Amino acid sequence: MSEHIVQPRIYITIFLTLMVGTTLTVMAAFYDFPGPLNAVVALTIASIKATLVVLFFMHVRYSGRLIWLVIIAALLWLAIMFAITFSDYWTRAWLAPFTS
Amino acid sequence: MPEGLATTHDRASHPALRHHFENMEQQREAGTLGMWVFLVTEVMFFGGMFLAYTLYRSQYPAAFVSASNHLDIKLGAINTGVLIVSSFTMAMAVYSTQIGKRRTTIVCLILTMILGATFLGIKAIEYHDKYNDHLIPGRLIPGRPFAPEVAQPGDHDPHKLHLIEGANVRNVELFYWIYFAMTGMHALHMIIGLGIMTVILIMAWRGKFSPEYHAPVEISGLYWHFVDIIWIFLFPLLYLLGRHLEGHIG
Repeated sequence: MSEHIVQPRIYITIFLTLMVGTTLTVMAAFYDFPGPLNAVVALTIASIKATLVVLFFMHVRYSGRLIWLVIIAALLWLAIMFAITFSDYWTRAWLAPFTS
Repeated sequence: MPEGLATTHDRASHPALRHHFENMEQQREAGTLGMWVFLVTEVMFFGGMFLAYTLYRSQYPAAFVSASNHLDIKLGAINTGVLIVSSFTMAMAVYSTQIGKRRTTIVCLILTMILGATFLGIKAIEYHDKYNDHLIPGRLIPGRPFAPEVAQPGDHDPHKLHLIEGANVRNVELFYWIYFAMTGMHALHMIIGLGIMTVILIMAWRGKFSPEYHAPVEISGLYWHFVDIIWIFLFPLLYLLGRHLEGHIG
C-alpha cells in the first residue's frame, strides 16, 4: 500500500473543528444540564475531538487494518480495566445488608 | 511481495533503507506499526490514572467539584488551544516533508516546539499558583504541606478554597494528587516531545528527509498528537466538570 498524503485543506478543516469543539465544551461546562448530562456532554465532545485527531492528524483513516486492530485492542483492554474495577466498586453497597 | 531469496531488495535504493526491510514502503509501515504499539502501552499507562480519577470522582463528587473549580479555567482553555495549534503545525510539518519542502518543514517544527514550550510555561504558572495557595498535596514540597485556606460563606477570595456542601478537605487533597500526577506525567511527555522535536529539527536542517524517507517526522508526529489527545481528555475532566455548580459556592 502506497502512502496517502493528506492535503492541508483537510488539516485546516480538522484544526478549525477542534477549536470549535474546545469553545463548545467550555460554554457547555457552565450550562446546568439535568442529571449527569454535563459529564456526558464534556466526554462526548472530548471523544469526538480525539477521534478526529486519530483519524486525520494521525492518518489512521488512511492506514491499513493492522493499525486499526492495534487501536481497537487498546480501547478494548482499557474498557476491560474500567469494567472490572467498577464491577467491584459499584457492587460493594450490595453487601451491606450481609456484613452489618 | 517477493520473499526470501527471490528478493527485489536493492541495497543502493536509498541510504536510509535498513537491510532487514524489502523496501522503503515496508520499512515505513513497520515503523508506524511499532509506534502505534508503543502508544497502546501509553494508553494503558495513562488509563490507570484516568481510572483512579473516575473512581475517586464517583466516590467524592463534592470534594472533586470544589477542587476542580479552584483550577484556572482560562489558563486551561488557552493551553488546550495552544496544543491543538501545535498539533496542526506538526501535521503540516509531516505534510511538508512528504512533498519535499525542507524550509517549510523546519518552520513548522520550530512553531510546534515554540507552542509546546508555551504550554509548559503556562503549566508552570498554574503550578506556581497552586504552590502559592498551599495546594501542593502531601509534603511534596518540604516545609509547605497541603494546607489551603478554606473560605467562609460570603468570602469570594479566589485564593481560598471554596468547599461546596459535603466536601472534605482531605478529599480535595486527593484530587490534587491526581491532578499533579496526571498533568505532571503529561508535562513530562511534553518535555520528552520537545527533545524528540529537537532531534527531528536537526535532521531536517541537515536535509535528511525527502518524499521517499520521512518516517521519523511521521512517527514523532504520532507521539506529539497522542500527547495532545491526553490533554483533550484532561482538560474537561480536571477543569470543566462541575463548573455549572460554581454559583452554589461560598
